[in-house]
Amino acid sequence: MSEKISGIAASAGIAIAKAFILENPELTIEKKRVEDTASEINRFSAAVEKAKGELQIIKENALRDLGEDKAAIFAAHLLVLEDPELIDAVKTKIEGENVNAESAMDEISGMFINMFEQMDNEYMKERAADIRDVSKRVLAHLLGVQFSSPASIAEEVIIIAEDLTPSDTAQLNRQFVLGFATDIGGRTSHSAIMSRSMEIPAVVGTKVVTGKIQNGTILVIDGIDGEVIVDPTEEELVLYRKKQDQYKEQKAEWAKLVNEQTTTSDSQHVELAANIGTPQDVQGVLENGAEGVGLYRTEFLYMGRDQLPTEEEQFKAYKEVLEKMEGKPVVIRTLDIGGDKELPYLDLPKEMNPFLGFRAIRLCLEQQDIFRTQLRALLRASVHGNLKIMFPMIATLVEFRAAKNVLLEEKEKLAKANVDVSENIELGIMVEIPSTAVLSDRFAKEVDFFSIGTNDLIQYTMAADRMNERVSYLYQPYNPAILRLVQMVINAAHKEGKWVGMCGEMAGDPIAIPILLGLGLDEFSMSATSVLPARSQLSKLSKTEAAKHIDTILNMDTAEEVVQFVNENF
Amino acid sequence: MAEKTFKVTSDSGIHARPATVLVNQAGQFSSDITLGYNGKNVNLKSIMGVMSLGIQSGSEITIKAEGNDADDALKAIEDVMKKEGLGE
Repeated sequence: MSEKISGIAASAGIAIAKAFILENPELTIEKKRVEDTASEINRFSAAVEKAKGELQIIKENALRDLGEDKAAIFAAHLLVLEDPELIDAVKTKIEGENVNAESAMDEISGMFINMFEQMDNEYMKERAADIRDVSKRVLAHLLGVQFSSPASIAEEVIIIAEDLTPSDTAQLNRQFVLGFATDIGGRTSHSAIMSRSMEIPAVVGTKVVTGKIQNGTILVIDGIDGEVIVDPTEEELVLYRKKQDQYKEQKAEWAKLVNEQTTTSDSQHVELAANIGTPQDVQGVLENGAEGVGLYRTEFLYMGRDQLPTEEEQFKAYKEVLEKMEGKPVVIRTLDIGGDKELPYLDLPKEMNPFLGFRAIRLCLEQQDIFRTQLRALLRASVHGNLKIMFPMIATLVEFRAAKNVLLEEKEKLAKANVDVSENIELGIMVEIPSTAVLSDRFAKEVDFFSIGTNDLIQYTMAADRMNERVSYLYQPYNPAILRLVQMVINAAHKEGKWVGMCGEMAGDPIAIPILLGLGLDEFSMSATSVLPARSQLSKLSKTEAAKHIDTILNMDTAEEVVQFVNENF
Repeated sequence: MAEKTFKVTSDSGIHARPATVLVNQAGQFSSDITLGYNGKNVNLKSIMGVMSLGIQSGSEITIKAEGNDADDALKAIEDVMKKEGLGE
């Protein structure tokens, strides 16, 4: 009998393969007395060699898929296994105390983990996690427990996990991982975003998937309707293979739109752009026919390292993106760090409410050296394409003016040093704080454009943490309150002849698209893989007709009514 | 025995990647090699030892090599320090 498990559809498509359960094994270490210490030491050395072999493969995968920076982490892991202070100490302990390799390794690595954890430096504290990771790998080999490292996968599988962390996804071999399903997460969690950029089907937030599936069970992942089918029957397999073919056909149909303009059925043009995190993502942007980059999240330049990126490093990254986009618009957002995105090397104090705390532009205006370095890199890169600069988390006009002043000062310094800077850089802000949406008529007089960041705008308007499962029902993009704020911003901008984009997940959402079109949104920026489906959908919608429904929609009481109306009328 | 004192010039001192490079280089030699910083001495072939010092920019470190290839080892480490912009 097959079983159906429902979850959140995170990335479209159908995958059929064996389950691979990714879990941290329970390692029970028993201290035992050994007489033959020489063969115990050999057993230990063999386990270390096996772990090193695995890490070597992980390092090569990371180097190929993620670049030198990420691979360096695994080079350091390898060095830990070659560290004489660790390896010799374990051997000495086995020999001197007649104990088994497991307990010797556990005790010695525990000592190092403790030492790093107690250091007064966030970066060093994180190194404790590295050592724990490495020693677990060795212990798993000693105990003969399967350590289900995603890097060791060498056949086609569907990954089943409680959640996928950034380091898990970094190790996935894209050739063999056909899809995944997780217990926790939502459409905007890390794992969901990754699945869309890797273009593999995924279902997240199932709550129960790890408890109900055994390693090797055949599964179907339906990333279109958000379902996992465990041990499907012959009939179901036929059904899903057909659905898989239909989806592929539809994708092929969408692919024909790659070089087309985005035009509605009543011949109105809107711009479809894509969100990126690194210069490598530009390839996906171009392959999916986006007309620009609507949001380049520069945080990734600052993350996963132990010091700030230099001006030169940043300049190179920005220049690369601008050049590859060949004159198409590129909106680059200045550093948005803080909140859930921490930089250990900045050593910022822990906050009670990080999302309401010292982050993004607030941090940049106080630690201006960081901000100025980034602005100089941006200004220098501006001559290589069509750059637009955007400030995140602006709450007041005073903040915007202060940030703009810093930009102008840096521009003037560069001019004095005879460095070329484009004269046509548009300067805009993210609208993600309700105060800014409400005062958008005043902002519209001073900015060149708005980009509505719906993920944060929704959580700040509803006062609900979107990562907190118990209040996630309040994350309501279609709530008329949110739609009215969006309308306020669009109308305010158009009154001053400015344009408005949207760069949250909502911009690529098939239910939201007809409403946003009717409201007059100028630019929709989304995951690259959503661009072609959105273009196909928009080509069948009439902007004039959509606009006629706006009054009705904005006067509804609940999000549910809005969804029902859209489903019935578009 | 060979010994030399360096002034650390890299902005972020010596941790993570620079430490990896130094430890890798030290591992090529059979001599015992130590790094002294702030009154503490660690084995330069130990990544955890070197990282645990948290060496800051502008500080002084002393590298000692003892063994058959001590002179070559010290020379090689000096080259790496310069090449990586770690110190002089």
